[in-house]
Amino acid sequence: MKHLVKAVLLVGALTASACTNAGRFGDGAGGGAGAGTSAIVPGSASDPTSPAYFQQTVGDRVLFAIDQSTLSGSGVDVLTKQAAWLMENPAFSAIIEGHADEQGTREYNLALGARRASAVQNFLIERGVAPGRLKTVSYGKERPLEICSDESCYAQNRRAVTVLSAGGATS
Amino acid sequence: MNMFKSLSLALACLAPLAIIPAVAEPLRIVIDNPIIEPLPFAAPDFQAEDGAASEFAQNIARVVAADLAGTGLFREIPRDAFISNVTNFASPVQYADWKAISAQALITGAVATGANGKLSVKFRVFDIDNGNALGEGLQFGGSTSSWRRIAHKVADVVYSRITGETGYFDSRVVFVAESGPKNARRKRLAIMDYDGANVQYLTDSNDLVLAPRFSPTGDRVLYTSYKTGFPRIYVMDVGTVQQRVLEDQDGTMTFAPRFSPDGNTVVFSLSSGGNTDIYRMDINGGNRQRLTSAPSIETAPSFSPDGSQIVFESDRSGAQQLYVMPATGGEAKRISFGPGRYGTPVWSPRGDLIAFTKQNQGRFHIGVMRTDGSEERLLTASFLDEGPSWSPNGRVIMFMRESQGASGQAALYSVDISGRNLRRVSTPGAASDPAWSPLQR
Repeated sequence: MKHLVKAVLLVGALTASACTNAGRFGDGAGGGAGAGTSAIVPGSASDPTSPAYFQQTVGDRVLFAIDQSTLSGSGVDVLTKQAAWLMENPAFSAIIEGHADEQGTREYNLALGARRASAVQNFLIERGVAPGRLKTVSYGKERPLEICSDESCYAQNRRAVTVLSAGGATS
Repeated sequence: MNMFKSLSLALACLAPLAIIPAVAEPLRIVIDNPIIEPLPFAAPDFQAEDGAASEFAQNIARVVAADLAGTGLFREIPRDAFISNVTNFASPVQYADWKAISAQALITGAVATGANGKLSVKFRVFDIDNGNALGEGLQFGGSTSSWRRIAHKVADVVYSRITGETGYFDSRVVFVAESGPKNARRKRLAIMDYDGANVQYLTDSNDLVLAPRFSPTGDRVLYTSYKTGFPRIYVMDVGTVQQRVLEDQDGTMTFAPRFSPDGNTVVFSLSSGGNTDIYRMDINGGNRQRLTSAPSIETAPSFSPDGSQIVFESDRSGAQQLYVMPATGGEAKRISFGPGRYGTPVWSPRGDLIAFTKQNQGRFHIGVMRTDGSEERLLTASFLDEGPSWSPNGRVIMFMRESQGASGQAALYSVDISGRNLRRVSTPGAASDPAWSPLQR
């Protein structure tokens, strides 16, 4: 059982980092791609200081095992990169969204999502990100990314997503 | 909403009826009996005492019959089976004609319209086997726009006379109306009569809203909204739809609110630093007290009807289970011990049972147990059943059932506490998180 969960997590992490998940900063960031300019379009995914780069290259999310909020090995790798990026780009702050799959009651999943968001927040703070730049919110099972009712979707939905916003520390 | 305030439910006895000695067992349904044969009744159209009353005379009889048949305790005899008809409210009842079609109860009524859009509805209930009236005739008055409420009140009286228990038809349900696909669900608060009529929306669907709960007088609703981007508890006046946030503390999330039985206190969950515990505070703000203090998840609190205890769920044992603690906090006693996980406990308004959601082996159930955890029984099973809410008389539970898969949708269902009479509750679209009001006044 343990191995199974781990394998699922690894697969999940790979798919997640490849996934662009349009929304928030995903779509607009390309900025219309002026023809013939240099390789790096400011604000696009090729600009390492852009939210699009953070989302697609650094990786904006980590996945969790069923009913767990412990960070996985691959989760730690992603968050290590997130921390480094946030340290280099102090103009951004972040809201960390905790999510759960649909197996579970509404209130419990809200609390579980809070645990997951907090696990990410604590890790980033330990790696040096100023606490005032990070907020957390839980959506419980309210915002699934994948909508089938089996483990392939559930694994994608048990996640914490670091959503960037402009502006540095608030406190 | 104002129509309810103006509704004067005048209760006036009609002329006392002659007492006839009983010849058979009195008409009675004992709801606790393990096997219930639905009691056959006849509900002919009420008599219209003026031209404007005829529409109401028909409709009121239909709503009364639907209320009674909807309990599963009564069965309506189709009107094309009637031998005699009621043509005058005051005429003697032809018992033999009703007995011949196996009716055990007969409900007759008359409707008159008066000045200023007022309705006056009088009715009687007859015990056919015994050949006598069951209780005295009664009269309800109100505005024509409240005709459904008047019908529910009539049905509550009939239910009460035959079962010996308080009815639940003159009640409302607040719920979350859902639209859109599963990964872009939109939610808004809505309120309706218990039978799905008179739906009104209380919020737009711009902000995610969850789990509304009625105040003990039914005039206010507590709910959770993401209006600020973070889950916060709000209280709304149902009549004016005015709302205010209960508490807005940066860095925390609040959810799962419920009123105390006196309506003065709110018990709820607060998450801070990833840890969720139970708190209480005055409904007007202030006097916040922390009731649990554990690194585990403590949520879904619900007061006992006497206000002395709180049942809640916690995963302190490693998985969700139910616990009872004093309403001021203190040592909690675990009450659920069966296989699986238990959540969303709700104390019955009668005080005798706790309803809950149970997850076991990939299935969800709505169940009830005694308040010490004994005599657990599961009432439903499906892919996802969740969030029980009690009828005002503690006999029926409404809950959410969501279907499986990418096109999965939530709907409201009700079931009685013996597990009988599972029914879908009519809603205009997908719906979740029902909360049943107390009986209206």
